[in-house]
Amino acid sequence: MTLLAADGLDVRFGAVHAVRDVSFTLDRGECLAVVGESGSGKSVTARTLVGLTGAGATVTARGLQFDGHDLTTLTESAWRTVRGRRIGLVLQDALTSLDPLRTVGAEVGEPLRVHRLAGRPERPRRVRELLADAGIPDPERRAGQYPHQLSGGLRQRALIASALAGRPDLLIADEPTTALDVTVQAQVLDLLDGLRQQGTALLLISHDLSVVARLADRVAVMLGGRIVESGPTARLLAHPRHPYTRALLAAVPGAATRGSRLAAPHPDGTPPGPDGCPYARRCPAADRTCRQTVPPVDGHGARCWHPQVATAALSVAAPAPAPVAAPGTSPTAGPEGDGVPLIEVDRISKSFGGRPVVQQVSLRLAAGETLGLVGESGSGKTTVARIVLGLEHPDSGTVRLDGRAWSALPERRRRGERLRIQAVQQDPLSSFDPRHTVQQLIGEALARTGVPRGRERRSRVTDLLDQVGLPSALLGRRPTELSGGQRQRVAIARALAPAPRILVCDEPVSALDVSVQAQILDLLADLRRDLGLAMLFISHDLGVVHHLADRIAVMKDGRLVETGEVDQVLAHPEADYTRRLLAAALPVALPAALPARAAG
Amino acid sequence: MSRSDLALPGLLRGAARRLLGALAVLLGAATVAFAALQLIPGDPVTVMLGPGTAATPEVKAQIRAQFGLDQPVAVQYLHYLERLATGDLGESYQLQRPVADLIGDQLGPTVQLALAALLLAAALALLGAVATAGRRGALRTIGSLAELLAVSSPSYWTGILLLTAFSFQLQIFPVAGDQGLPALVLPAVTLALPVAGVLAQVLREGLESALGQPFTLTARSRGLGRPAVLLRHALRHAAAATLTLAGWLTGSLLGGAVLVESVFGRPGIGALSLQGTTNKDMPLVIGLVLLSALVFVLISTLVDLLHLAVDPRLRSR
Amino acid sequence: MARPAAGRTTLVLASALLALIVLAALAPGLFTHASPVETDPAGALTPPGARHWFGTDQLGRDLFARVLHGTRPSLLLGLGATALAVVGGAVLGLAAALGGRTADQVLMRLADVLLSLPPILLALLAVSVLGTGSVNVMIAIAVAFVPGYARIVRAETLVVRRSGYVESAVLLGLPRPLLIARHVLPNAIGPMLVLATVGFGASLIAVSGLSFLGLGPQPPSPEWGAMLSQGRSFLQTAWWIGVFPGAAITLTALAAGAVGRRAQRRFTQRTPV
Repeated sequence: MTLLAADGLDVRFGAVHAVRDVSFTLDRGECLAVVGESGSGKSVTARTLVGLTGAGATVTARGLQFDGHDLTTLTESAWRTVRGRRIGLVLQDALTSLDPLRTVGAEVGEPLRVHRLAGRPERPRRVRELLADAGIPDPERRAGQYPHQLSGGLRQRALIASALAGRPDLLIADEPTTALDVTVQAQVLDLLDGLRQQGTALLLISHDLSVVARLADRVAVMLGGRIVESGPTARLLAHPRHPYTRALLAAVPGAATRGSRLAAPHPDGTPPGPDGCPYARRCPAADRTCRQTVPPVDGHGARCWHPQVATAALSVAAPAPAPVAAPGTSPTAGPEGDGVPLIEVDRISKSFGGRPVVQQVSLRLAAGETLGLVGESGSGKTTVARIVLGLEHPDSGTVRLDGRAWSALPERRRRGERLRIQAVQQDPLSSFDPRHTVQQLIGEALARTGVPRGRERRSRVTDLLDQVGLPSALLGRRPTELSGGQRQRVAIARALAPAPRILVCDEPVSALDVSVQAQILDLLADLRRDLGLAMLFISHDLGVVHHLADRIAVMKDGRLVETGEVDQVLAHPEADYTRRLLAAALPVALPAALPARAAG
Repeated sequence: MSRSDLALPGLLRGAARRLLGALAVLLGAATVAFAALQLIPGDPVTVMLGPGTAATPEVKAQIRAQFGLDQPVAVQYLHYLERLATGDLGESYQLQRPVADLIGDQLGPTVQLALAALLLAAALALLGAVATAGRRGALRTIGSLAELLAVSSPSYWTGILLLTAFSFQLQIFPVAGDQGLPALVLPAVTLALPVAGVLAQVLREGLESALGQPFTLTARSRGLGRPAVLLRHALRHAAAATLTLAGWLTGSLLGGAVLVESVFGRPGIGALSLQGTTNKDMPLVIGLVLLSALVFVLISTLVDLLHLAVDPRLRSR
Repeated sequence: MARPAAGRTTLVLASALLALIVLAALAPGLFTHASPVETDPAGALTPPGARHWFGTDQLGRDLFARVLHGTRPSLLLGLGATALAVVGGAVLGLAAALGGRTADQVLMRLADVLLSLPPILLALLAVSVLGTGSVNVMIAIAVAFVPGYARIVRAETLVVRRSGYVESAVLLGLPRPLLIARHVLPNAIGPMLVLATVGFGASLIAVSGLSFLGLGPQPPSPEWGAMLSQGRSFLQTAWWIGVFPGAAITLTALAAGAVGRRAQRRFTQRTPV
């Protein structure tokens, strides 16, 4: 029996049309994943299903049925009997999604109190059971603790426990694993899978196809407020019909994408009208019809005027042997120990407040080589990067740059050498002076290399923007007026301005949508080929590192656990921890690798 | 991860640091007051005797010796600290009475006034902030205009307006004095209004920032209504964000009392401060400075303890 | 969506009011031909009416003219106190944040001590050292507000110094003086200037408060706080003497506060967290 059926759901915030004509159904014991990039309307859809769309929203639908009730006619007080009791909601980061000032027990017990499911005397026992059911060991102690005292994984379990307290028939999980490390991510997904098997309906919202692939029975892909394609997981992943779905799948980096392009070519088409296909602007096969009229859903669940044509266009536009520098083919990248390495990190250690963060880490980076430094949060990888950049002093050990002292230099002497090593950070916005324009940001870097003010500097800035694929129209913009992808490109342009030999990239793509991440990774690969840059690439994402790096170094708890050629290490990991990481990061949604379950 | 075995020494260390900090502030206030005394231009004895008093050089020299003013400044400073340490605040130049007694006599009315104002301000701020937080439209606009007006109106003017309306025209409340509750109403309202305005602003910002946090959405998704979310979740966050300011404002009520007591002709610490200042009665001024530093230290200790009670994240640090 | 519109209306009204006040300070003669000091014993304590919009005081002086002519001295006192406090606070706050550990410790302990005294009391202490009078009252209020500004500038400077963009400048090898001049100073001072707009109202109220206590400018000069003080004994019969000078203070503080708060909001929106 269908538990939830949405038909023609529409949400507007004033002039902004956030969700357009969205229809889907969901049965008990079934998991539907809604996948989309930021701004696609997926979270708004999720919130609308619990009646919390937000102030100023107008919600309309041809039908919105939940277990025989019409949700569109519910009053606020009727909604309150549904929320937490019939429909539960789990949000992204439990550190902020649980009230930090209340104990875990109080938070988990709140639905019991609100819906009068358990009186005050029996509540502690029920809370303990809920916590235990969510896989939290020692529930008695945990119930008395505060969210910040729990690890990320336990916190997320507690958040799920609180959503389950009212035994809801439907659980909506909005990016439930995004803030977690891969190993923990896998455990939380298993917990959700268990719920589904017990008959709870699951609506999973995610930006990441590979996360939902292991859990969802069906997938709906959203873009620009519309579902552009939906279908059974296995079918959708194996035979995507909509060009956007295909581009999304192709954009996921991993072993199979090494040496090839991730992003589809990006024609700068005219934007679609209010009734056009939301992908028309980015689609290589878009024509006038696509821009003017929204396509109907075809027999296979895709909203596309040219599903077949799109296939052809895509394969023509992105031939398999794309001209991207394959890792390890750089002429200067020799095997380890060949000549003097550009960077030589020798047994560095660093503690903060008595807590060792980096212990005895040694690394080498040869000219033109890309070294991927992988680890989960708290592994010390960022501190290593900061020491390499000369932003922190190691407590012991040394870093040498080009065979000469680096970490041992006083800042006064290091200053002149700094232009040889530049950085790209995870959050470019905070790395830009908020008062400066793009022109000033990049111009300042050029000024350091002696480019005189005036026309010459201006034209060099334009060149750099061109090199990172940005139009010179952005020169006068301030950082807050740029999109996430544009900001990261500006950050890269600034890093390139002094013509460094080494680029240290600290999680440069982890805050970006998959398709934007693909563009930035392509850009980095191009630049590496064209400029012969050496890169220290820090990431938590094995797929990204496998896609881009020549060698890999795996860190855990401040120590290096394994290092070697990427293919070698990831095919035959020696360290136990590397194996666990690999197992958790299930090979990305390649059709062949899918578990058989999804097909049945 | 258990830190319970570390908790006690940590707490003791925290308390010790707190106490040292408090002593440092008191010592600092004493030093500032002493420095102020040294900075007064002219001969301290002439200042001490007041204007218009003619004294022979011999008499002046005698006074100088009597108060130790003929000794080097450093020695004077040490003597001064020594006396303060034994609780001796000296004697008022003008009133010829021990400063401690003078302050003790006037403390009662001011404490009454400050407490009444504090309670009133807290109640008004809470009401205003809870009623307007996260809303749009007329109520919100009126609320924030009222706050702005309360903050922008000088207490000495509000006091005059209230006096004119309720005492002179309507004759509901007495014009002056400190006798009984009716005499307390207008001064307390006057002192409370600006404080309430500031508190309401900060409290509402705190509430709204809490209402914007994901945990509010989580709470609502459990079936809590808006008022319940506001009271059960957001208010605690807002209170935590407002505590420090509230403490400082409480301390500054003592300053506000100077003006309010003057408008309403009430006796009290404020009136005493004004008297001390206009007469350049330095022992009295210094005594009052030390008193308010002491009040400040006590209040900020209380605020810190409240902070610990409200925010568990501070406890495990 | 009604909020921004309402906010804009408030801003426009407040700016217009502020402009009028400034105009009155520059050229009070534009608004009235009556003299603020000329007495008329026969017409003393006339209630507001067509001839005397705000009525007359105990000496028969036109209150409207006195309030208008009081604008300049009152504003000057408030502005002067704010400017002194801001400059002093900026210097001390920057010195604490950039001058090394010892300077920071000493200055911030001193700020702690001064902040432990209510501003009015601190100002009274300063007046008892300096003596009464316009300039001394201005300095006294500045002294009372300096520690607050110093704290804010220091905190702001430390945030900026640890920011990602200063780190980016370090990576470019920018020399320290250039780094401070180009990135630290502008970003640290900005928030304080915005705060000073709001703080101006507080300064004005405090300065006029000291005048009200009889410590500021002496009669017959028309200054709002002093006018209130001089009119106090006649309140029972002539309410207008107490109403209008105070209303002038309140309106000025209100307008500055509304504009300042708006600027503050704009500023926090622009700066990334």
